[in-house]
Amino acid sequence: MLGYIFQRIVRAVPQLLLISVLAFIIIQLPPGDIVTLQIQRLRNSGVEVDEVQAQALIRQYGMDKPMYQRYFLWITNIITKFDFGYSFTFEKPVTEVIMERMGYTFAIALFAHIFTWTVAIPIGVYVAVKQYSITDYIVTFITFIGLAVPAFFLAMIIMYVALTKFDIRAGGLFSQEYLVLPWSWGKFLDLLSHLWLPIILLGTGGVAGTIRTMRAMMLDELRKQYVTVARAKGLSEFQVIVRYPSRLAINPILSGVMWLLPWLFSGGLMVEIVLNLQTAGPALYSSLRNQDMYMAGAYILITGFLTAISAILSDVLLAVSDPRIRFGGVEGA
Amino acid sequence: MSASNLLKKWFGRKERPQIKAGEEEEFYRAGQWQLVWWKFRRHKLAQMAMVVLGIMYFIVIFAEFVSPHDPLRRFKQYLSFPPTAIHIRDQEGKFRLPFVYGMVMKRDPVTFRPFYEEDPNAIYPIKLFVRGDPYKFWGLFDADLHLFGTGTDDMPLFVMGTDSIGRDEMSRIFYGGRISLSVGLVGIAVSFVLGLTLGGISGFFGGIVDEAIQRVIEVITTLPTIPLWMALAAALPREWPQLRIYFATTLILSILGWTGLARSVRGRLLSMREEDFVLAARLDGESEWAIIVRYMIPGFASYIIVSLTGSLPGMILGETSLSFLGIGLNPPTISWGVMLQDAQDIMNVAHYPWILWPVPVVVLAVLMFNFLGDGLRDAADPYVT
Repeated sequence: MLGYIFQRIVRAVPQLLLISVLAFIIIQLPPGDIVTLQIQRLRNSGVEVDEVQAQALIRQYGMDKPMYQRYFLWITNIITKFDFGYSFTFEKPVTEVIMERMGYTFAIALFAHIFTWTVAIPIGVYVAVKQYSITDYIVTFITFIGLAVPAFFLAMIIMYVALTKFDIRAGGLFSQEYLVLPWSWGKFLDLLSHLWLPIILLGTGGVAGTIRTMRAMMLDELRKQYVTVARAKGLSEFQVIVRYPSRLAINPILSGVMWLLPWLFSGGLMVEIVLNLQTAGPALYSSLRNQDMYMAGAYILITGFLTAISAILSDVLLAVSDPRIRFGGVEGA
Repeated sequence: MSASNLLKKWFGRKERPQIKAGEEEEFYRAGQWQLVWWKFRRHKLAQMAMVVLGIMYFIVIFAEFVSPHDPLRRFKQYLSFPPTAIHIRDQEGKFRLPFVYGMVMKRDPVTFRPFYEEDPNAIYPIKLFVRGDPYKFWGLFDADLHLFGTGTDDMPLFVMGTDSIGRDEMSRIFYGGRISLSVGLVGIAVSFVLGLTLGGISGFFGGIVDEAIQRVIEVITTLPTIPLWMALAAALPREWPQLRIYFATTLILSILGWTGLARSVRGRLLSMREEDFVLAARLDGESEWAIIVRYMIPGFASYIIVSLTGSLPGMILGETSLSFLGIGLNPPTISWGVMLQDAQDIMNVAHYPWILWPVPVVVLAVLMFNFLGDGLRDAADPYVT
């Protein structure tokens, strides 16, 4: 088993290397190098940058060295010092910008997922049990539309309704007066009062898909004989459904849990931008608008890394539960 | 599976000809594409989707003629003008052909915000084939004929209202569709070429080439879609002309799309290489190239089409998202995403909700492509009933 895990990790190394190269290429994409651009920007805004300072900046970012050396400088800084470069937009290291937003990003995405499951799984089970009923048709119709409506459209419409009908100004995580204050009980309550809307919005985006998966799986399971057996044993209909087929039908959703990791980081990007939350997504957006690419490189590298880890974790989990994969994998790898 | 079934049907026809008359026989005689069509005909939603999409593309192709106005013309007296109500009954309760009332601007005494009231004495009937803003049809010949409108500048027709600088929303939706609906088509064309070539190479040569291409695909699929699109779009030079930005954007959108196609093409090629009819062709002395083009590709063409339709909605949404964020296309180019840039400020939306018109239009297009994709997926394998 350990051998398999080790092999799986070794196989991921070239993959991660390639991702890092791609991320680096993206950083280098905009015409002109970032440092010259930044010096230009500083000079335009009236800050004195003399030649010595400019040269120092250029040397610090290795702009005088060839491309491959710059790549090594960049990746070594990330691995040894966890330093993803400098964000000129925020005038802070990228790591700092991302870290101070990480908590909100993860919390919102996690709760959004929990919201998705609590809403979608019972509905999915229900419409599968009542197949071809009016409810089934209505739900199917709504999920079809739900799949076609991107979450950020929904966010815009709900913000509009909240503002005009309920006079709630949705968006942001804090009220103006709490934004710069240190943490307090009041600020915490303020955060909670702003948090529910993004959570519901982000969560709703996944509901349609989950209902459809759940319904399809349930329909498969309900036809099987063990359901009949359970009924024959005299269990109540509710017990039959909740105790047996539901637990099996939920499997694909559970095995998808692993993919939560990258999703937490980048799944709600558009909604976060529309709602202007203090999470990592909008920070990426505002730096991209200034072609401040170190943020983007970090974002792509981190998400790629999280995806690779998720893939390893789900493979290992599968191998734990199914010995055939384990042994086949060792020979095949 | 489809290939062996195909063989069975073909040989089946020869073994027992004309055993049953009528429909059954027709079924056996029909070619693959005939069967696909028959099966598609059974999918009512997909057919409806095809009609709706047909209308949408028709409007978009003839946008100059169908639009009531020039999409860039600013009606200075009608800034943020609400959608005009179209009546068929006048004040006396008489029915008549569709018409609009003239609008009088008033100001709210408290907020000083302008609002409009109908003037029941000024009636402007909506006419067909009216003369209006001049345009160059497809950039080729001059014309000024529009499908409908009031035909007068006293009260122009604003079916969907106007935006903050007085441009007609409906005309902008029609023109915007040119970009938004074609991005997907150009995008899948690129995905198609990339996917078919790389998947074909991968499946045909095998070995180390195959391994390398598969690893690259694996890496590309781990990259996060939206951040990657955003980063690439943001990296485009700002001074590029809009047309080049447009093509660059479609390239960016198809950068992830081809991987799925390459995978399925490779899989099909690998499994088909072992089929009897390929062996037969080889024994007949056909060249490898002819085997791929004449025997194998027709065998999985339907799957390619399905896989391509499946990626269209994603690309349409991708363009809309990027342009909405202002890192894809930008004004003066018109696309549904560019139009939504005005909706970024929620106060704007609260006062002038009709600037959200692109939202239902994009959703409709995506929904219809989803239905069409569903129907095509069922029809792609006509031998399973």
